Amino acid sequence: MRIPLMLAGLALAAGLNAVDQAAADDRFIIVQSTTSTQDSGLLDAILPAFTEATGIAVRVVAVGTGQAIKNARNGDGDVLLVHARKDEEAFVADGEGVERFDVMYNDFVLVGPSADPAGIGSSKDAVAALQAIAAKAAPFVSRGDDSGTHKKEQALWQAAGIDVAAASGGWYRETGSGMGPTLNTALGMQAYALTDRATWLSYLNQQDFRILVEGDPRLFNQYGVILVSPARHPTVKAADGQAFIDWLLGPDGQAAIAGYRINGQPLFTPNAQPMALRKAG
Amino acid sequence: MTQEFAAAFSLAWQLLASADPALREIVLRSLAVSLSAVSLACLVALPLGAALAVTRGPGRTALVLLLNASMGLPPVVVGLLVYLLLSRSGPLGALGLLYTPSAMIIAQTVLVTPIVAALARQIIADLHAEYDEQLRSLGLTPLATMRTLLWDARFSLLTVALAGFGRAIAEVGAVIIVGGNINHVTRVMTTTIALETSRGNLGLALALGLILILLALLVNGAVMALRFSGLKAAYA
Repeated sequence: MRIPLMLAGLALAAGLNAVDQAAADDRFIIVQSTTSTQDSGLLDAILPAFTEATGIAVRVVAVGTGQAIKNARNGDGDVLLVHARKDEEAFVADGEGVERFDVMYNDFVLVGPSADPAGIGSSKDAVAALQAIAAKAAPFVSRGDDSGTHKKEQALWQAAGIDVAAASGGWYRETGSGMGPTLNTALGMQAYALTDRATWLSYLNQQDFRILVEGDPRLFNQYGVILVSPARHPTVKAADGQAFIDWLLGPDGQAAIAGYRINGQPLFTPNAQPMALRKAG
Repeated sequence: MTQEFAAAFSLAWQLLASADPALREIVLRSLAVSLSAVSLACLVALPLGAALAVTRGPGRTALVLLLNASMGLPPVVVGLLVYLLLSRSGPLGALGLLYTPSAMIIAQTVLVTPIVAALARQIIADLHAEYDEQLRSLGLTPLATMRTLLWDARFSLLTVALAGFGRAIAEVGAVIIVGGNINHVTRVMTTTIALETSRGNLGLALALGLILILLALLVNGAVMALRFSGLKAAYA
């Protein structure tokens, strides 16, 4: 058994080494966040400044908003940075989070093939556009994953008075995956999709797809940040998590968000309330 | 399509030629996690497989069936189970292992152990049938029989370990759940490929895929060389 044992020893040493390296930056927080903040490159761009200023490393777990909130409810994170206001408020009301703050916003856009078979490209009305898509039974690809984007999309269908569940598997197709994979699917099927603008702008495989509907106030997309409750989950690193939230909402974090651009276009607009107002409110 | 492949090949080559530090990091982490998982799996699975091959007793057939079926464990299910175990609200939450490479090693070990055990059992059982009389005439204890057969089958068992390694290095479903794909902490080759595909960066994703295949080729080549030199030593 000498050879396998030798191999095993080598591999174990290598493995432990990797584990040690990961443990080396022992001051860190875990942020449960959404795919849009990671896929768009925002967090990669702004987090190094925070780590440099405070010595706190930020470990980002980027999943859909629904899963991020569930993970945080299990205590598997220190800070929640997502975009589904009702769910965020419920999270705080249930005692899982300390307090919710506005961080930034961008907007959702309807994208589709340039040929635009349902002819939605001429209006700003997102709800009318969905009605046109349904009327033509033109293919539409949905996240179908309880993410913030999926929840927004469901609210829009409801406003349009269309029961997409009945069409699921027909012209309405649920991928059950993240924004990027869903866009890849939409491209493959020449289908319409709802996406946040940040992910769309940073998405490199646009081919002949373009933004068809934008600017409807109902497409507003607000991001919120919440410290996971240390009272509910004793392992939460409250001080370091709060330091991250303070930075994100403060002038440095807000400026970093505003400064993140792709091809000159800003991806997110910071809109945290000034500190004085926050304390008063 | 052909153009995309050509572009991916050239991108893969550029990444390799420039010894890209980000690439180096995730390649080393992939190797460390998967080799550790396979080593741990072998420590458990080889004795287990040998024991199942050599011993007779009630329930053995059912156990073998269960083991063989477990070779098809879906990575995403293993990831979910290990997540529930290691989550702060799970039974092992106090260890604080979730979102660390250790969690990824645990998940891949669970995934690989049945593969190594089931294949090892088959190899040892065949060998046992062949040498049964000889071993009995020597009056070996079951433990000594197991040790003898494991040593005798060592070169075949290396291939078994490689099958386990192939499963571990290629899977993404388990490690992305328990590791969280955290940059510089738990990001490995397969989770990076998933991320770049999400970003619509298909060229880079494909280039990384090619490098992953190259990696598997190198590991297999190294083991084959080891096996060759071992065979030469054994029969010299």
